[in-house]
Amino acid sequence: MEQKGKIAGVNGPVITVRGSNQFQMLEMVLVGKEKLIGEVISLENENVIVQVYESTTGLKVGEPVYSSGEPLSLQLGPGIIGGVFDGIQRPLKNIEEKSGSFISRGLDTESLDSSKKWDVDIIVQEGDFLKGGDIYALVQETELVKHKIMIKPDLEGTVVFTAKNGSYTVNDVIVKIKNKYDDIIDLTLFQLWPVRKPRPFSHRRRLDKPLVTGQRIIDTLFPIAKGGTAAVPGGFGTGKTMTQHQLAKWCDADIIVYIGCGERGNEITEVLEDFPDLIDPKSGKPLMERTVLIANTSNMPVAAREASIYTGITIAEYFRDMGYHVAVMADSTSRWAEALREISGRLEEMPAEEGFPAYLPSRLSQFYERAGYVDNLNNSEGSVSIIGAVSPQGGDFSEPVTQNTKRFVRCFWALDRQLAYSRHYPAINWLNSYSEYTDDLEDWYESQVSSEFFKVRNHIARLLQEESKLMEIVKLIGADILPEEQKLILETSKLIRTGFLQQNAFHDIDTFVPIEKQFKMMQAILYLHEQGANLLGKGIPVSQLRKTGIFDELVKMKYNYDNEHLEAFDELYVKIDDLCNGLIESYRSFERVNS
Amino acid sequence: MNIEYLGLKEVTGSIVIVQGVKDASYEEMVEITLESGEKRAGRVIEIQDDIAVIQVFEGTTGMSSSNTRTRFLGKALEIGLSKEILGRTMDGLGRPIDGLGDIMANVNWDVNGNPINPISRKYPRNYIQTGISAIDGLTTLIRGQKLPVFSGNGLPHDQLAVQIVKQAQLSADEHKDFVIVFAAMGVKNDVADFFKRSFQESGVLQKVVMFLNLANDPVVERIVTPRCALTAAEYLAFEHNMHVLVILTDMTSYCEALREISSSKGEIPSRKGFPGYMYSDLASLYERAGMLKDREGSITQIPILTMPNDDITHPIPDLTGYITEGQIVLDRGLHQKGVYPPIIVLPSLSRLMKDGIGQGFTRDDHPQIANQLFASYAHVQEVKALASVIGEDELSDMDALYMSFGKNFEERFVAQSKDENRIMDGTLDIGWDLLGILPRDELDRIGEEVLDKYYKPKA
Repeated sequence: MEQKGKIAGVNGPVITVRGSNQFQMLEMVLVGKEKLIGEVISLENENVIVQVYESTTGLKVGEPVYSSGEPLSLQLGPGIIGGVFDGIQRPLKNIEEKSGSFISRGLDTESLDSSKKWDVDIIVQEGDFLKGGDIYALVQETELVKHKIMIKPDLEGTVVFTAKNGSYTVNDVIVKIKNKYDDIIDLTLFQLWPVRKPRPFSHRRRLDKPLVTGQRIIDTLFPIAKGGTAAVPGGFGTGKTMTQHQLAKWCDADIIVYIGCGERGNEITEVLEDFPDLIDPKSGKPLMERTVLIANTSNMPVAAREASIYTGITIAEYFRDMGYHVAVMADSTSRWAEALREISGRLEEMPAEEGFPAYLPSRLSQFYERAGYVDNLNNSEGSVSIIGAVSPQGGDFSEPVTQNTKRFVRCFWALDRQLAYSRHYPAINWLNSYSEYTDDLEDWYESQVSSEFFKVRNHIARLLQEESKLMEIVKLIGADILPEEQKLILETSKLIRTGFLQQNAFHDIDTFVPIEKQFKMMQAILYLHEQGANLLGKGIPVSQLRKTGIFDELVKMKYNYDNEHLEAFDELYVKIDDLCNGLIESYRSFERVNS
Repeated sequence: MNIEYLGLKEVTGSIVIVQGVKDASYEEMVEITLESGEKRAGRVIEIQDDIAVIQVFEGTTGMSSSNTRTRFLGKALEIGLSKEILGRTMDGLGRPIDGLGDIMANVNWDVNGNPINPISRKYPRNYIQTGISAIDGLTTLIRGQKLPVFSGNGLPHDQLAVQIVKQAQLSADEHKDFVIVFAAMGVKNDVADFFKRSFQESGVLQKVVMFLNLANDPVVERIVTPRCALTAAEYLAFEHNMHVLVILTDMTSYCEALREISSSKGEIPSRKGFPGYMYSDLASLYERAGMLKDREGSITQIPILTMPNDDITHPIPDLTGYITEGQIVLDRGLHQKGVYPPIIVLPSLSRLMKDGIGQGFTRDDHPQIANQLFASYAHVQEVKALASVIGEDELSDMDALYMSFGKNFEERFVAQSKDENRIMDGTLDIGWDLLGILPRDELDRIGEEVLDKYYKPKA
C-alpha cells in the first residue's frame, strides 16, 4: 500500500488530502499514522475529500494518506451469518478482543475469521464451464443456512483444478478456472464486492407472494410482498424498533439482515441476548442462525453509519443470489439521512429542505430499488424485501425523509402516538396506513388460505372505517343516542381493535399468529356481528348481547386458542349460537308474559 | 511542544483563528495567554493547512489580534480522576472550585471517551426504586438506563431530581446505595445552590461529585461539562464497580450552546437553527449510560431538559426522546392543579421496564397492572373530552366511574409529598385500590389469575 498524499485539513469526519492526482473516486484509503479507514468522496482540483469511518481526533496536517487502489469492499463468504458487524463489516467481536469494551481506533481487523475451517463440498469438476453467479461449492454455515459459494458475477471460465472435499479456511484456494485469455484465476470461499455497487441479477419477477409476518394487522390489512418495500414511520416511543424486532423474529424469510443504524446500543444488546433463545417456528432452530446484525449505534462514527445501510443491503443481495428470501430491517433510515446531511454540511454543499442535501430523494430511491423478487444469474430465484423505519422529527410525517420515503415504498405502516399512549400495540394506525400489494397478493391468499379471505378482510376494514366516522359523532353527543345498528358497529369495531388488531409481543401464543388463525379470528368476529344484527332484527338491543360477556370472550380468543388446533374455533360458534338462542328465547318468554 | 504563536488572525464570538500553525492536531487542547497574563483554555475544532480554528472555553473578551500568545498542548482535553473526586465540586472543565485543593489523580482520561462496543454491553434488567409511584409503578427506572425528565420552565423538575437522588436505592432488599455525579449546564446560581443544599441536608454530599457550569459561566465550557461528568461516572462505574446515577441539567442550555458555536462557525443549520449533527452529539453523551458484561458497576442517566414553550416536538426533546430509553414528562396542567410530582403518565414511558419488573424483580402483577392503569387512564381522557362537551351530569354510569377513577388516580397515585418514600408494594397496592373503582369486566389487560389474587371491588 503506497503513500499518495498528505492531510491538508480536518473538519469532523471529513478531511482534505493533497499531493496526488491519482486517487480514484470512492476508493478506500488509510488515513494518518494510525491508518484509519476512509473513503474518497470527492475530487476537487488538487484537493481530495475523504470521509473517515473512525474518530478523527488527534489527526494532524501533514500526516500520510495511503491509497488502496480498490473501492471500499465487503468480504462475502461463510462466517457472516450470526455475526455482528459495524457499518463497514468489521466484526464487533474482533474489535472487542483487540480493544476491550470501548471501541478504539486504527484496529486492523478481518471481516471473516481466516482461522476457522469450514467443511466444504465442491460440486464442480474439471472441465466444467462456469459463468458469473454459478455455484461451485457448498458450506453448511449454520444449521439453518447452507452457504452456496458462487463465482463473482463478472468472472467466467473453465474449471482446471478442484481441491478435494474437506476442511478449508476462507483463504484457501479450492477451485481454479481458466478464462478466455488463458489466465488462471484462483477461487476461494469468499469474494470481494464493492459496498456501494448493486449486485446484478438476470431479471425481476412480479411480486405475488406475501412475506408472512405473523402480525395480524400487517398480514391481513397491510400485507407486504416478498421482494417488496415498506416504511414504518413513527415518533419516539411508538414502537418502531419493537415492530422491526417482531418482523425480524417471525417473518418467513430465510435470512434476516438487521441494520441498527444510528440507534441505541442497548437495542443491539437486546437482540443479541434474545435471538439465540428464540426458536424458529418452522425449523425449530435458534433464530440467530439465520440473522446478520449490522450495528452502527448512534455514538459510533457518523460516516460508518452512512455506509452501514449499503453494507447491509449488499450482504442481503449476496444471499439472494444463492436463492434465498432475505428480509432487510433498516432501523432507522432517518439516522442514515441525517448522516448524509452531516457529511453534506461539512462539505459545504448547498442544502435543500431542512438542511438535507438535494440528493436525498435519489439516494433513498436507489436504496429501496435494490429490493425485488428476481431470477438470479444462476437461474435460482430469490428476493430482498426492505422494511425501513423512519423517525420523523417531532413525529411530523410531512418532514423530508418521511415524504421522500413514501414516494419509493409501496407499504406504509404509520405508527400513531395516540395509540401508543393508550398502549395499543402494534400502534399501526389503520386509517392512514396502506399497502399497494393487496391486489397482487389476492391470488395467493385465496388459493393458500381461503377464497373468502379478501371478502372477510374487506368487511373488517369497512367496519373500522365506519367506526371512525361514528366516533366523530360520539365525541360530540355520546354513544347513548345512536341507533342500535350503529351501536353494534361500535361494539364490533371495539372488538376488532382490542381482540384482533392489538397483539401482545410478549405473550407466547400471541407473538406470532399463523394466517389461518388470523382468518378464523376475523370470521368469528364477523359471525358475532352477524348474529348481533340478527338479534337487533328481533328487537333485542346490543346491550343485552354485551351483558352475556361474549365480546370479552372473543377479545381473549387470541390467548385462549393456540395456534395449532384451529378446530377449537368451532366451539366458539356453538357458544355464540347458544347465547343468541338463549337471548331470543328469554325475550320471547318475556313478551309472552307481557302480552 | 513549546512553540507559542503570537497574535490571532480572526476573533468571532467564542472562536479564534490562528495562522501559521505547524503540527496542530484535530481536537487538541490549546492554552491562550492574554496580555494581562491570564490564561484561557481552548480546543482545535478545525484545521486547514496552517490555519487552526480554536474554540475558547472561557470566552474571547479582551483578546485582540496582536496581544495573545497561543500554545498547543499536544493532547485532547483530559480530566484527572481518582476516588477522591467523591464529595468534590468542580467547574465546567473539571477543575476543583471548592477550595479543597487539587485532585490527586490516579489516571487522566480523555473526556470524549470512546463508544461502548454494543456487544460488550449487558442488557439492563434490574430496577431502581425511586419511591415515587408514578415512576416506580408506570415508568420504572432500570439500572443502566437513560431516562430523561421533560419539563418546562417553572415546573418542579429540580425538586423531583433531588427526591430521586435522596430516595433512590437499588431494590427494596438490596440496600446498596448510589454515588451521584451531578452536572449543571447553564443553571442559575440559586438552582445550583438548591441542589447543593439538598444534598447536604440529606447527608449524601459525600457521595456526590458536582460539575458546575452556571448560567453566567462561559457558554463554550458547557459543551465540555457533561463530558467531564460522564468521564468521571465511567471511572467510578467501570474502574471501581460503583452504581452511578448521573443527573444532567439543563440539556436545553447545552443544546443552545451547541447552536451558538455552530452558528459562529458559519455551519449550515437544520431545524430551528440547531446544527445537523445535534443528534450524533447528544447520542455521544446519552449512549455513555449502560452496563458492561465484565464489570459490576452501572451508569444510569437522568438528563433534565426544559421544553421550550412546553413543546414536546421541539428539536431538543425530540432528538433526546429518539436516543434515550423513554421519558418522564411533566405537565403544567397537573402542576396547576397542585399535583406533585406533576408527571403526566400517558406520554411518559420507560422502554427498559418490560425486562426489569414482574416476577423475580418487583411483583408478579406489576406488568399487567401497569398496562391496565395506562389503558384505563387513557380512557379517562376520552371521557373527559366527552364531559367537556355534554357536561359531567350527562355521562353514563360507567363513564362516571371512569371520571372518579381518573380523579383518584391523579390525587392518590401520582401525587405524593416531597419527602414521601413509597415502597414498591405500596405503590402497586394503591394501584389495585384504584382499579377497585372499576368493575372487573373493564379490566381487559389483566389475566384472570392475577385478578383473582389482587382485585378487590369497591362496594
